[in-house]
Amino acid sequence: MNTKEQPILRLSHLHKQYGSGCQACRDPQDRQLDRNFCPRCGTVYACDDLNFDVYPGEILGVVGESGSGKSTMMRCIYFDEEVSSGSLHLFHEKVAPVNLFAASAQQRRHVRNHLMGKVYQNPVYGLRMNFTSIGNIAEKLIAAGSRHVGEMENRAVELLEHVRIPVFRMKEAPAHFSGGMQQRVQIAKALSNNPPVLLLDEVTTGLDLSVQANVLDLIKEIQRELAISMVVVSHDLGVIRMLADRTIVLLNGKIIEQGLTDQILEDPQHAYTQQLVQSLL
Amino acid sequence: MNIEYNFAFFDEGSKREIRRATLKAVAIPGYQVPFASREMPIARGWGTGGLQLTLSLIGRDDVVKVIDQGSDESVNAVNIKKLIQKTTGVATTDETREATLIQSRHRIPETPLQENQILVLQVPLPEPLRAFEPSELKTRRLHAEKEYSGAWLMLFEEIVKFGRMTTGADHPVQVESAYVMAPSPIPRFDNLKLADNKALLLFGAGREKKVYAVPPHTRVQSLAFEDHPFEPERFESVSCRLCGATGVFMDEILDDQSGQTVHQCNDTNHCLARLNSRGQA
Repeated sequence: MNTKEQPILRLSHLHKQYGSGCQACRDPQDRQLDRNFCPRCGTVYACDDLNFDVYPGEILGVVGESGSGKSTMMRCIYFDEEVSSGSLHLFHEKVAPVNLFAASAQQRRHVRNHLMGKVYQNPVYGLRMNFTSIGNIAEKLIAAGSRHVGEMENRAVELLEHVRIPVFRMKEAPAHFSGGMQQRVQIAKALSNNPPVLLLDEVTTGLDLSVQANVLDLIKEIQRELAISMVVVSHDLGVIRMLADRTIVLLNGKIIEQGLTDQILEDPQHAYTQQLVQSLL
Repeated sequence: MNIEYNFAFFDEGSKREIRRATLKAVAIPGYQVPFASREMPIARGWGTGGLQLTLSLIGRDDVVKVIDQGSDESVNAVNIKKLIQKTTGVATTDETREATLIQSRHRIPETPLQENQILVLQVPLPEPLRAFEPSELKTRRLHAEKEYSGAWLMLFEEIVKFGRMTTGADHPVQVESAYVMAPSPIPRFDNLKLADNKALLLFGAGREKKVYAVPPHTRVQSLAFEDHPFEPERFESVSCRLCGATGVFMDEILDDQSGQTVHQCNDTNHCLARLNSRGQA
């Protein structure tokens, strides 16, 4: 990849801690932590100095065991959660190149509605379970400024067809759907405003294998067709191998290794990554 | 037992507190100002919000009119009128033109209001986003960030399910392109009268402890979509069976014996005034 190319998303020095910290753990240089947890004051350092760029059209994989800070990081990027410190920049014509973590709530909401989409691990967070599937997609379109029912309905039908929700069930609420279908509706919703950045948090976890393959195909297809940049979080290396161009490995809130996906999977450097790859094979 | 009440039932401090909330409401059109809703000799949810506004504003020179669903003579209207009359001694009237202070339940009178008049509407549910978001903390945040996708989404859902917007009363409005407001359960027919009205329109929700206002000559727009414009109720081919009026809000009355449907002015004062003027001519 050309290093001079402009990234679309830059995350710098993201810190997220739960708790105020104490003398034993406040200094990042010599913290006495049990994994990411300070036994003295109970502070959890969920994300500790995370830095990465995402380039246009690229899929960035994020792997790590549960509790390593993957989902917290995603929630911070989608402004679901306030960060402790750090900065996020989006390089896009529709947004000023400012640190979005420091921007006003209104500005953040604008970025979220216009430039981002997110698929949550649990569809309950990403969908309104008792609104129709079409309505769910319209919600994102309305938030992005659309006020034309016909257009929104057509767009919703087009997207739902794309994720293979049968036409006769489109006016049904996701509460009546299977987990795989809910996840697909969520993907359709996240895609509805053509976001340049899509965040996928464990999208295939808990789905059976055939549905998993379906969803992965869909993501790959979308990325090829629409050249959307994605951050894909998973603890499943198979998913990462299939989707991601580059991968970062998280452990205890820190990035311990990053590089091309093939490189990481074939020639892991860090002991933890080696163990991770080993246990896959 | 004969208890000496203060003028207009409340002590002066209470009235001042309610007026202060009202002033803030007038200063921020459409914004729901919280206030300390008082205990009243009628139950909450029976017009206490409106009544508190009326009592806080009333002076010795005022002339009061109370309407309940268009009628001056229903039990609710009469009781509230009596309470005001007994605790203040001010004159009451049925004649819209003569009144300076009009308390109304769910109708705006047919006779256009004037600069010297104040209309107080009783509100059961002041929060237009409540059906979409149950948490008050979150709805206040949504208002602050002007995030009204939810209000539009609820209308969108109606269109998807039934082919048109199905709000009978309480169709949400946006005030001066800023706050989205519940107009209290007035029929859609009356929504049009909210805009650019000469009188001050006040809204009081006693149970929910909120006051809000539409000052004179304010832009008020009913929420709608580009391809689904807002439509008030129409009574095109019918006229009042008593006074023959057309183009007013009608009650539909089913005659049990003949099985026929007849229409009658909902605003009893308007109907009576027309009949009286005919008698004089």
